[in-house]
Amino acid sequence: MHKTPLLDKLESGPWPSFIKDLKRVAKRKKSVADLLGVLERSYKDKITHWKHGGIVGVLGYGSGIIGRYTDLPEEFPGVEHFHTVRVNQPSGWFYTTKALRELCDIWDEHGSSLLNVHGSTGDMIFLGTTTDQLEPCFAKLTAKGWDLGGSGSAMRSPSCCVGMARCEWSCYDTMDLCYEATQHFQFEMHRPSFPYKFKIKCSGCPNDCVAAVARADMSVIGVWKDDIRIDKAAVKAYAGGELKPRGGGSPYAKLDIKADVTDLCPTACMNYDGKTLKIDNKNCNHCMHCISLMPMALRPGTATGATLLLGSHAPILEGAQMSWVIVPFMEMEHPYDEFKELVGNITEWWSEHGKNRERVGELMLRLGMREFLKGVGLEPVPQTVKTPRANPFFFWHQEDFDAEAKGRKYIK
Amino acid sequence: MAERVTDIGPPKYDKFLPPVIKDNYGKWKYHEILEPGVLMHVAESGAKIFSVRGGSGRLVTTDFIKDVCDLADKFCDGYLRFTSRNNVEFLLTDNSKIAGVKAGMKKLGIPIGATGHSVSNIVHTQGWVHCHTPAIDASGIVKAVMDDLFEYFGSHKLPAQVRIALACCLNMCGAVHCSDIAILGIHRTAPKVNHERLRHLCEIPTTIASCPTGAIRPHPDKNIKSVVINEPRCMYCGNCYTMCPALPVFDAEKGGVALLVGGKVSNSKTPPMFSKLAVPYLPNNPPLWPETVKAIRKILTKYAEGANKWERVGEWVERIGWEKFFEVCDIPFTFQHIDDYRWAYDTYRTSMHFKF
Repeated sequence: MHKTPLLDKLESGPWPSFIKDLKRVAKRKKSVADLLGVLERSYKDKITHWKHGGIVGVLGYGSGIIGRYTDLPEEFPGVEHFHTVRVNQPSGWFYTTKALRELCDIWDEHGSSLLNVHGSTGDMIFLGTTTDQLEPCFAKLTAKGWDLGGSGSAMRSPSCCVGMARCEWSCYDTMDLCYEATQHFQFEMHRPSFPYKFKIKCSGCPNDCVAAVARADMSVIGVWKDDIRIDKAAVKAYAGGELKPRGGGSPYAKLDIKADVTDLCPTACMNYDGKTLKIDNKNCNHCMHCISLMPMALRPGTATGATLLLGSHAPILEGAQMSWVIVPFMEMEHPYDEFKELVGNITEWWSEHGKNRERVGELMLRLGMREFLKGVGLEPVPQTVKTPRANPFFFWHQEDFDAEAKGRKYIK
Repeated sequence: MAERVTDIGPPKYDKFLPPVIKDNYGKWKYHEILEPGVLMHVAESGAKIFSVRGGSGRLVTTDFIKDVCDLADKFCDGYLRFTSRNNVEFLLTDNSKIAGVKAGMKKLGIPIGATGHSVSNIVHTQGWVHCHTPAIDASGIVKAVMDDLFEYFGSHKLPAQVRIALACCLNMCGAVHCSDIAILGIHRTAPKVNHERLRHLCEIPTTIASCPTGAIRPHPDKNIKSVVINEPRCMYCGNCYTMCPALPVFDAEKGGVALLVGGKVSNSKTPPMFSKLAVPYLPNNPPLWPETVKAIRKILTKYAEGANKWERVGEWVERIGWEKFFEVCDIPFTFQHIDDYRWAYDTYRTSMHFKF
């Protein structure tokens, strides 16, 4: 074991200490002892000690493994190779202990015994192994029914919120869509063939518990089209203080329905006269605020599906983007043919026109929404924009005049 | 390639669901948060599932996972899950076993909380543990910040939930661009060009194309197959290093932490928001990053004092105005705060609506 005076300071305090945890394994694994050594050096030097890049993998796949080598191999030979294996997680991150123990046994045998549970995209991360262990590790994983997740310019592992498994607000079966999309796009996940990465995330309602709007090129967010269901007795119980707001998760003991709910409704479509709660559902923008505050009184409607938003990515290269609406409502029924076809059309359009390392959201801005919508066969609808354009620099094409002559407002 | 199994995808989720979830799938009626960290979901049928949520370091060992499995075997019939913020949840139908789960978690050092108006787990990245482009560490800063804010993890005392995220460079893996408070690793010096290595290791056109500000061009001397960097145009994003190993951008002393605030992803009341720059630079100070920890506590405390009920950090700041945010948090406003990238104009104040 290397001396780690700086890291040792992260062993105290109430939050679970990764150093304490790693030290347990460092006793039996040279690689982890050396990882602590490298990390201590980084803490001293204030700089990373991992070499640039690293291309390793398993036969048949172009993605799933992140190669990594330390720049101090003589001092820390245990992490000369320290590759990451992305293991595709089950929908909603549900496990049995049997499944987790099987994964641990494989990783204890073939890797460092370190994990990230989970990586931000959703994968179970096996953190640290050598090149020669990749194939045997992969063989054991597939024998137990596990496959690798995505990396590189490929479809990445889709992920989803807990959805219908344990939430009363889920407007479609997020776990099933996530699983079906993952299976449908296996080829695209394992063999990078896109201009850059592409992520799918599935949230059951506009609370967006997997942050789909910010972290997925294709963000699928559940929504309803009909009326919010109201339980009048429960509304009364909230008003009387018998029921606590937000399921009891706030510092506030009693709900003031007017001040806390109706006055904060972003569309002012609610009214509470001290007795009856009324919602003008035609003007509701399904933000979830009233439902989140009164989960026993209010529920989403029953005509449910999802909104599809496209384009989010982190700042590189053109600045961060959040996804924006491209399909205001799509029914989400197994086996999701319409969804799969649209994603196929989008990735095909992007693969054809995208530049090297250009996310689909950047391509949409570069070529314009019109080219995108036409390219993937979608119509212009007002829900796609926050406001119409303010500048007068708009184009007319011959096809617009043709459509006009036929009495249509846009081409189809 | 004989006997090779490929393209099987992950196991189907229904293999791992507790019977009560299978029976009531899509038929949940409401939920309650019984106490910080303990959720109860009630189905139309009247069936109940209890979830006890606990914090994890995210970077864990198989020893930790096996400890967690022992606990789930003892009290939860072997069922558990992890959340989108990397917390662990023990799932059980018998509420008399909640006390046992909680005692077991306490013994393992797993803090109970992360529900309702709390500071839940910090979504974070690889840092010096495994990445080659970080400006800061991830796990160490997260541990230091969570130790300091621990009282907020297992309680519901904030005006709304507060999401903290960390990214060790501005690739922003994770949720930094959309969190209430975000910790971001930044460089402050231009990359050093290693001409000798560059000609062997890098593809020059993709390296040039990787620069958001167009600061990279081919070396004027055609015999030197390399690039030059126009340093006044470089804002140290490090993306050229991602493409080209001969352009290291690290500077141990000048690199550090920036803090962003006011982002969110939910649609509740207000649309999703990006986080915005609050503190342009704090020193990279392992192992405990005291300046970062202190600055975050100050922002969180001022928010907790000043925000209305149900107001997220971004909603609070937009209501009081950014000029007031800097005033109450006692953060100096600098040249760095003013956007000067492409669509910067949208961030300037084209009105008389401001406070002195």
